[in-house]
Amino acid sequence: MSLDAKTVTRIARLARIGLRPEEVETLGQDMGSIIDWVEQLKEVDVTGVDPMIGTGLAKPRLREDRVTDGDCRDKVLANAPEREGPFFTVPKVVE
Amino acid sequence: MSYRITGNTGEWEIVVGLEVHAQVVSEAKLFSGASAEYGGEPNTHVSLVDAGFPGMLPVLNQECVAQAVRTGLGLEAEINLFSRFDRKNYFYADLPTGYQISQFAHPIIGKGKVLVDLADGSTREIGVTRLHLEQDAGKSIHDQDPTRSFIDLNRAGVALMEIVSEPDIRSPEEAGAYLRKLRQILRYIGTCDGNMEEGSMRADVNVSVRKPGETEYRTRCEIKNVNSIRFVMMSIEVEAQRQIEVWEAGGTVDQETRLFDHVRSETRSLRSKEDAHDYRYFPDPDLLPLVIEQCWVDELKAALPELPEAKRARLEQEYGVSRYESSVLCVEQAIADFYETVARGADARLAANWMLGDFFAALNRTGRSIEDSPVSAEGLRELLGLISNSTINGKIAKEVLEDMVETGDSASAIVERKGLRQVTDTGAIESSIREILAANNDKVEEYKSGKDKLFGFFVGQTMKAMKGKGNPALVNETLKKLLSE
Repeated sequence: MSLDAKTVTRIARLARIGLRPEEVETLGQDMGSIIDWVEQLKEVDVTGVDPMIGTGLAKPRLREDRVTDGDCRDKVLANAPEREGPFFTVPKVVE
Repeated sequence: MSYRITGNTGEWEIVVGLEVHAQVVSEAKLFSGASAEYGGEPNTHVSLVDAGFPGMLPVLNQECVAQAVRTGLGLEAEINLFSRFDRKNYFYADLPTGYQISQFAHPIIGKGKVLVDLADGSTREIGVTRLHLEQDAGKSIHDQDPTRSFIDLNRAGVALMEIVSEPDIRSPEEAGAYLRKLRQILRYIGTCDGNMEEGSMRADVNVSVRKPGETEYRTRCEIKNVNSIRFVMMSIEVEAQRQIEVWEAGGTVDQETRLFDHVRSETRSLRSKEDAHDYRYFPDPDLLPLVIEQCWVDELKAALPELPEAKRARLEQEYGVSRYESSVLCVEQAIADFYETVARGADARLAANWMLGDFFAALNRTGRSIEDSPVSAEGLRELLGLISNSTINGKIAKEVLEDMVETGDSASAIVERKGLRQVTDTGAIESSIREILAANNDKVEEYKSGKDKLFGFFVGQTMKAMKGKGNPALVNETLKKLLSE
């Protein structure tokens, strides 16, 4: 199975990935075969089995409500492609 | 009395549901140890978890879970002992991870309800569909630079409760009453400060219209991020009007997200259709499902403060105040506490009258709140005591209250200083009255020939002569006696 061009373009757009036209076709085939492979799982009968989220063996660790972090602006901004004083800056986004 | 909008083709009914985002009161954020405090220098209340650095893992704040459970209990809602966190995927500059951690399929709180009071004295129940925990996003600042937006992540990752109502609301008034009641409950429990100016409570408003009698809902539009109760009410009116015009012109309403512009009093389409939401929710693999114990829920329930409805009922029963009075006194816990301090050891009905009347007027006049009231509860109680034991009459008491606000002196000190003690000496009252009657012989004759209304004139003259200090009951009694001589 190959994913059609419209679906591939949509998925790419949702992921903000720009594709050249020839890539749309190759990726459609690639993604199609990945899906086919995963679909083998359908051969297993899971009637009455709850979806497994985590192992069910552990409970989440919870944190106390105390301020133990933050106040590290230099680290936070260290990898910013662009900054202005204490802020990240990005191309203007106004709706 | 149903709310209707009249269009060209007749009457329309509106259908509204609200999604309220309420910021959880907590020290730290939902999944990190950074401060959740409002404000702060830009990008200082940010940990590497909040900034979406690779390899950083979220760890859930237990207190935020407790706050959600408390709120659920306050809304008389189902508490789900099993809940789960999902990723809601979208790209925006103030969302560093590219997804918001939220609860989609399994929220922590299920169906509940809010009772709202309407102006005509009736009460309506508005259903709550669910409440779930999620992260807030950062803040984009658009007005600092012509070509760039500035990003501050201080708010990113702060815990929010999204409280979704059923589409049970049928008028702008009900929407306002629902929001006020919800805010009151949150403030009572202490889970959200309800401060809409600082954005700690915001609403998304879902609006559709239909003809009265229709049982299906028509397409709705969602007005995003409305930040005051007044604007919520205005936006509903404006959007309903727009939809009615679309339907009546033979068109159809498109399901979309819109923005309310209060300056132009209109709503505008916010996102184009090809960008229609596709959030691709899936369970967050960084977080195990949340399982809480019933005994913990019971503990939280036992520690809840008295909620608004219960407090009202108790004030009505214990102090004999009216339903209206109890609703005003219970708007805030601090007011109810103040009232109870006054009412214990004073005439409770008199206390309610004075609180709602002269006392609130004094607060308004001085621009003070109940917390920094210029007159303490004990001070007001002392003043009322002086009325009850006939030391002063009600009219003089108003003057004393003004003086208390002004000088901070106690009621009895003011009464002594100004010599306002009520005259209960019947001899003194009688002699004042005799002087008045002697000076107004003509009026006495008129009165005796049947002009009963003049009685008020004599009372007024006597009180004036006694500088307002006469005991009203004694003045009346003595006047009657002397006039019938």
